[in-house]
Amino acid sequence: MGLLNALDNPINADGIILGKVEDLFNWGRAKSNWFLQFGLACCAIEFMAVNASHFDLMRFGNIPRSSPRQADYIVISGTVTLKMAERIKILFEQIPEPRYAISMGSCANSGGPYWQHGYNVLKGIDRVIPIDVYIPGCPPRPEAFEQAVLKLQEKISMEEIFKKRERVAQEDKMLESMLKAEENNFIENVNKHI
Amino acid sequence: MENNLENTTNNNKINIEYSQFDSERMRLNAGPQHPSTHGVLRLEVELDGEIVTDIIPHLGYLHRCFEKHCENSNYNQIVPFVDRLDYVSAINNEFPYVMAVEKLAGIEVSEKVQILRAMCAEINRIANHLLAISAFGLDSGAFTPLLFLFREREFALGILEKLSGARLLYNYFCPGGVRYEIYSDFKKDVKVFIDSVRLAMKEMEDLLIFNDIFIKRTEKIGLLPKEVAINFACSGPVARGSGINFDIRKSAPYSSYDKFDFDIPVVEPGKEVVGVSGDCWSRNWVRVKEIEESCKILEQGITLLPDEGSVTDGIPKKLKVPAGEVYCKAENTKGELGFYLVSNGSDKPERVRARATSFVNLAILPSISKGYMFADLIMILGSIDIVLGEVDR
Repeated sequence: MGLLNALDNPINADGIILGKVEDLFNWGRAKSNWFLQFGLACCAIEFMAVNASHFDLMRFGNIPRSSPRQADYIVISGTVTLKMAERIKILFEQIPEPRYAISMGSCANSGGPYWQHGYNVLKGIDRVIPIDVYIPGCPPRPEAFEQAVLKLQEKISMEEIFKKRERVAQEDKMLESMLKAEENNFIENVNKHI
Repeated sequence: MENNLENTTNNNKINIEYSQFDSERMRLNAGPQHPSTHGVLRLEVELDGEIVTDIIPHLGYLHRCFEKHCENSNYNQIVPFVDRLDYVSAINNEFPYVMAVEKLAGIEVSEKVQILRAMCAEINRIANHLLAISAFGLDSGAFTPLLFLFREREFALGILEKLSGARLLYNYFCPGGVRYEIYSDFKKDVKVFIDSVRLAMKEMEDLLIFNDIFIKRTEKIGLLPKEVAINFACSGPVARGSGINFDIRKSAPYSSYDKFDFDIPVVEPGKEVVGVSGDCWSRNWVRVKEIEESCKILEQGITLLPDEGSVTDGIPKKLKVPAGEVYCKAENTKGELGFYLVSNGSDKPERVRARATSFVNLAILPSISKGYMFADLIMILGSIDIVLGEVDR
């Protein structure tokens, strides 16, 4: 999978690595994720604890940035109210691509304890922005957060970079032709009924 | 009120006579996502150059419908929602709520439970103040104190986790007692915790509190005169930093606090260590001293806490609360926290209203930060130590 895993391959003897440039890129990208320093509610206190001495998030290469322009991912740490949701959307859109999002805690996942009577609470942040990793818990333990960071690294290290555009273009073409066929079918059906 | 603010002599405040010249004002938006606003507070600040001339706080970014949930949950189910008001000091929130329910239902609580509750509250108070001091240091640009103090904070959370099973939001107190029995090494853990906290605070006084840069950054900033603090009904370290000797643990002892011997740290005018009474440094200093007082209470608690007896026996199988209303208050880590309960005799309360400390303390922000630099505004906000979960509820 990753770049260093290529060393396990018997072809790559004597410290020489034969691998894809993509793996090199992904290895670099996965191991230095900068996050947006941004807290919402109770989970933000646990998020602080993750950053502090006992759990030390920086050893995973995660450094807090105050501006979304410099960040790689955002952590939604707490209850998202309807008033705050639009702000979070703006913040997320300000992060340059490729960007990621971690949803921390039950509130951000689904509304949590405020699901039933919380008239002002968004029932899950994934209704507003796409989420890569969900962490359960109210609030989640710091260890759970660290695992989420590792999961995110795993996801990044498996990403396609070079052939992605071609593939996406092909997929788009297929989708277009499918839509067209459907449209034609529909028109034919309509014509039949007329 | 305005006159009191102007008359203070030792003040870094900049006074501008606006009748002499007309300057262009700028409106700047601080928050809600800015980390220095301690949550999701939005401040609309009017600036003249770099000097703050007006502040309008905008609330409601963390409104979580507390009262609505209370109307639809029974008395035991409300405790977790009470936790999530002031999420940094959850045990201290449960304290007045549980006392209010007990008062209304007429439940007597054993002495062991009372002492255990007070001890839990003090451990939680230390955890809160460690966070408050380190976040205050972070606001002034000092990152190291956070790393030092969070090491000790993990100790406190560890003890409470062993008691209740949760790290931050405990759901530990309930009407009639506490949810789980004390574990066997509780007293030993508390002893080790006290020693480590004392050592860390000694370290912190050299590193942060009496650091020249920190003092220059915080002294004579955000002056809150005594009269203004009384007029705004401030409480907790904010009031005590201005020389008001008010602490509910002393003035109206609840639970088992009359059994403990401790002092209330107050920064009175004329007796300041650094700076002036009522400035940012004094408010922070009260928190530093309160940690020592909490350690004292915990030390006495170890000897007072009886070994025999159960802490879960007093919990009623079915909680019957008669119709009526009650107000119960306790000293939260931030000041006076009260709960007003109205019961109609059913298993759900008619209404629960919280007198939120942070909300009342936040009200002084516009009046004490006018005339200071914008960078000082962040320090003033940090010294008030608000939690937005409690402000918006």
